[in-house]
Amino acid sequence: MLRAIYDWVDERLDITPLWRDVADHEVPEHVNPAHHFSAFIYCFGGLTFFVVVIQILSGMFLAMYYVPDIVNAHPSVNYLQNELAMGAIVRGMHHWGASVAIVMLFLHTLRVFFTGSYKHPREFNWVVGMLIFFVMLGLGFTGYLLPWDNKAYFATKVGVEIAASVPVIGPYIATFLQGGDIVGAQTLARFFALHVFFLPAALLGLLGAHFILIRRQGISGPL
Amino acid sequence: MSKKLSRRQFLTYTFGGTAGFLASGMLFPMVRFAIDPVLKKGAGSEYVETTMTEAEITDSPKAVKFTIHRKDGWYQPPQGEEQTAWVFKQNGKVVALSPVCKHLGCTVNWNSNPQFKDEFFCPCHFGRYYKDGRNVPGTPPAKPLDKYKTKIENGRLLIGPLEKA
Repeated sequence: MLRAIYDWVDERLDITPLWRDVADHEVPEHVNPAHHFSAFIYCFGGLTFFVVVIQILSGMFLAMYYVPDIVNAHPSVNYLQNELAMGAIVRGMHHWGASVAIVMLFLHTLRVFFTGSYKHPREFNWVVGMLIFFVMLGLGFTGYLLPWDNKAYFATKVGVEIAASVPVIGPYIATFLQGGDIVGAQTLARFFALHVFFLPAALLGLLGAHFILIRRQGISGPL
Repeated sequence: MSKKLSRRQFLTYTFGGTAGFLASGMLFPMVRFAIDPVLKKGAGSEYVETTMTEAEITDSPKAVKFTIHRKDGWYQPPQGEEQTAWVFKQNGKVVALSPVCKHLGCTVNWNSNPQFKDEFFCPCHFGRYYKDGRNVPGTPPAKPLDKYKTKIENGRLLIGPLEKA
């Protein structure tokens, strides 16, 4: 049945080369944990991506209930966590996943660093990876404000003050982040927009570039 | 299924099954979370006092305002939500009709269209109802207007939940 549907579509649209190009490629022996168990360190990049997928999914579902407004933000988070079935789990996935994503990303960076995989000809992919790192930190920073509780408020205040300490342009950055003179209604609205539209879009674009470069340049050789 | 299971097929099924199990473990909480409003039971409403006295109820429908208090997710308007019922007496019995059109939920009004005297009229798609709430055949609504349960206490009209049709 499924086979027949696939064949019907494939006959017309020739989709086999599309997924074969993505999924069907050699994995060198030195990165396969089945050959050398220590090769599990090569899994961290994929694990980071897996956690990012969980973040996007759980975030989409949280957005069904969350309201980015200073009056309703905290009550809506309280409602979705305590009065909805599985609310604590879905929010927990997003909350813990955020930390796990950063940890995985960091481990992946360490692996790339200590295997020297950032060297010629892969310098550019290291740069893309660093940009991904900063976007992920931005996602963490903007997402932290959204529950609109005391921890969120003061963490953002501190973060904005740090940004404000940049010479010359600091105050402009702070005003841009706050959307005004204080951490308040406008800050919450723009952090929400950054968190669910701008930064995820940037992240997906960068991840695409990261993966295309890996396929172009291949996995770096054994130590 | 013919003869033996090939090694490739065995691996495909095992891998697919494991992946499916893990994916469903991840997706189940999120989907359950999203469909929670569908599975939640609506709260039963109680009788609410109105400003109308029994003596004020006549044979011609009058709009009666009453306020209900309910929680919409995390939000509950502090002043409550104002609702309207069309109240009149029919054969000595009190009738309170809901103003929500049974076609697509707009609000009907009594005697509001000069073309259709002594009828409930819905401006959205020209739905019409007779005074007793029955839909006029040939107009969009397929059912009569809903009725509220009513009570008279101490000479005052109380409005309860909608009657189940």
